[in-house]
Amino acid sequence: MNNSARTALKFISRFQSVFVLVLMVVAMSLLSDRFLTTANGWNIMRQISVNVCLSIGMTMIIIAGGIDLSVGSILALAGAITAGLIKTPLAIPWLGIELEFTVGGGILAGLAVGMFLGWFNGQMITRVRIPPFVATLGMLSIARGLTMLWTKGFPITGLGSTFAIIGTSSFLGAPVPVWIAALLAVAFMVVTNKTRFGRYIYAVGGNEQAARLSGLNVDRIKLWIYTLAGGLSAVAGLIVTSRLDSAQPNAGTGYELDSIAAVVIGGTSLSGGRGSIWGTVVGCLIIGVLNSGLVLLNVSPFWQQVVKGVVILVAVAIDRLKSDGE
Amino acid sequence: MITTPATDIPVLAARHIVKKYPGVVALNSVDFDVRAGEVHGLIGENGAGKTTLMHILAGAQQPTEGEILLDGEPVQFANTSQTLQHRISIVYQELNLIPYLTVAENIFLGREKLKATRLIDSAAQNQRCKELLAPLDPSIDPRARLNTLRVGQQQIVEIAKSLNSHARVIFMDEPTSAISDSEVEVLFTLIDSLRRDGIAVVYVSHKLDELLRITDRITVLRDGRFVDTVQTSDTRQDAIVRLMVGRDLSEMYVQHATGIGQEKLRVESLSQRSPVGERLLVDEVSFSVAAGEVLGIFGLMGAGRTELMESIFGIHPKTTSGSIYVQGERCDMRSPAVAMSHGIGLVPEDRKEQGLVLGMSVENNISLSNIGLIEKFRFLNRALERRHAKTYVDQLSIKTPSVRQATKALSGGNQQKVVLGRVLSTKPRVLLLDEPTRGIDINAKREIYSLIDQLKQQGMAIVVVSSELPELLGISDRMMVMCEGRKTAEFRREDATEENLMQAAVPGFQVEATKRE
Repeated sequence: MNNSARTALKFISRFQSVFVLVLMVVAMSLLSDRFLTTANGWNIMRQISVNVCLSIGMTMIIIAGGIDLSVGSILALAGAITAGLIKTPLAIPWLGIELEFTVGGGILAGLAVGMFLGWFNGQMITRVRIPPFVATLGMLSIARGLTMLWTKGFPITGLGSTFAIIGTSSFLGAPVPVWIAALLAVAFMVVTNKTRFGRYIYAVGGNEQAARLSGLNVDRIKLWIYTLAGGLSAVAGLIVTSRLDSAQPNAGTGYELDSIAAVVIGGTSLSGGRGSIWGTVVGCLIIGVLNSGLVLLNVSPFWQQVVKGVVILVAVAIDRLKSDGE
Repeated sequence: MITTPATDIPVLAARHIVKKYPGVVALNSVDFDVRAGEVHGLIGENGAGKTTLMHILAGAQQPTEGEILLDGEPVQFANTSQTLQHRISIVYQELNLIPYLTVAENIFLGREKLKATRLIDSAAQNQRCKELLAPLDPSIDPRARLNTLRVGQQQIVEIAKSLNSHARVIFMDEPTSAISDSEVEVLFTLIDSLRRDGIAVVYVSHKLDELLRITDRITVLRDGRFVDTVQTSDTRQDAIVRLMVGRDLSEMYVQHATGIGQEKLRVESLSQRSPVGERLLVDEVSFSVAAGEVLGIFGLMGAGRTELMESIFGIHPKTTSGSIYVQGERCDMRSPAVAMSHGIGLVPEDRKEQGLVLGMSVENNISLSNIGLIEKFRFLNRALERRHAKTYVDQLSIKTPSVRQATKALSGGNQQKVVLGRVLSTKPRVLLLDEPTRGIDINAKREIYSLIDQLKQQGMAIVVVSSELPELLGISDRMMVMCEGRKTAEFRREDATEENLMQAAVPGFQVEATKRE
């Protein structure tokens, strides 16, 4: 390979995800005149906001060398808990009392449940030393089962207009879910790039043993990452529930795969130590543009899945070429 | 000196090999050849191009220019499986074996013996493996899982694997870097017998004494260039060193006498249990080290020296017992973070696995242990970080194109200095150095020796663990020897000799320990 080709490849690979995104936007705009409109733009953004929330946590976990398969289930349980508590007071028979929750209280309870489940993942991984894949696979099933138990298998609907604000209203021209996702993304970009916690995440994923010998409390860092990811899944759960005005027992099924896809497309290495929230946001956008464009083009949903898989492979293939070039 | 008639046509030869990487010329018109029945040593500082040359000759990398001759005929190797067909093999420094397979399964990996039914014929493999290993080390059981073997034995398995592929050229990359002295003897006997069988051995090493003992010819590389090939019988150690560095190395070890100050670290009856079983890896070891003093710890592989350092640094709190005092104050070393807060710094044995985050930049690595130094209002500050890193890059003369360079791209010596920088940034009072010069070139070694001397003069208490006797004798004020987890002797500098240190280190050689001065 000659030098200019190498430089070109290097440039493409550094901004690989942005490059792919721009390419796709241009292609979709040419193929469908309904694609490049303001309405569709907001539509895509609103649709990806859930995935962005999940993927922020997933990015930190993957950079630290782990994986989280339970985000979709935690999303469902947190949403269901919030919806259930807003709808009906919580009866505690052995105390003979009923706890009535405000909308705010219900939201906090949902977030707390999400963080607790994430914390539980972290405990299994750091104390019991269960590999992340297995620990979160267990949680995937546990949280889904708990959701079924809590909802008795039926959607919880009719949550009132206050709670609906999260998912359906707009603020300064942008949908609230987009605001939430954007603020979280910016906040965690700062956390990962500008704070010691962020630096430690990269160090733990890059070389856990060296991180430990450098005086880092590796277990505590991991515990925090999983706890935060649980909380972020709960936020996603609130958005989904509010938007549909209903907590579906099977909400978020398969979302962990979309989230991992976004992280990988965004250039984060599954072997840890390398990646960015920024890249992940672009990854989410790519998936969003793809979904929206293919729908507008009347492509069968079955084909959409195939195309999404191809995009993941292409993104990772470019990434491999990049590291081989080094 | 062993001399064996060697044929005149080289089995394998390199002519004017050039290897360029973006921005670097790793090899610049290098010539090299090796004959059947010859042991040819390849030496040079890190970055001199030894490994690159070996990889090119063994087909793992392609040369940019130049040609390779096999039995005088030009050849091109596209990959290592082609070179294997030409019966050329490498015994890598990091052994390329699979820990969960048996010895025989490893040796036959990729060339399994099959029965008529296409199933693996384990019995035949084990039998052949036993025959292969008999002259090398009959105590190795072909059915043993590889990870139950000592590193030295694993190396023998790797060599047996080469022999099983009927190799006629074997490259050995730093073969003694991870094995004990007694295992080195076994290896050398083995190399001698390879030579008698007419196999060409290329022996890549830093260790001059070994090269002088085992090789027939030595080729010296410097900065990617061929310097000279000499007959081993006609040369001497200092002549080779001159070829390597291009100047005399009269002052290898720097040592200034320093007034020994107050005691900084005292360890009493420190023991460490093996996590599996009740064996003691460190057995009731006590010692102390004072400000301005260098304590050298000598021992063979498995003597428990690394485990001792790790126990002091709080890496295995659950299996460690005994007491540790820093400046007279008893400290409970629960974790490396706690040990660092008490002023202990450890430069670990394996810089790539334990010392560095290889994918991170020089500046990120240096700031990792004391990140508070580069924070402003709880946010990391790039300018502070750069300044902080540059202080250490200058002080330790770390050679790197930029502080933002990823540490994996640096040479071993510079990587080691980055680790040192990280540890020094925690301002330790006691510095524990575990094999600080392993696998780094002579110049970097000398820089590290003079650095140890400087730190000592600044009043730091320093403990150096090393397997190299001349090094320990050169830099220590006091020496302690460990054997099978126990402290077996302690010497003042003037009483220590290579002989009495080695006697105390060899298991079964019970000397009257000259404890207490």
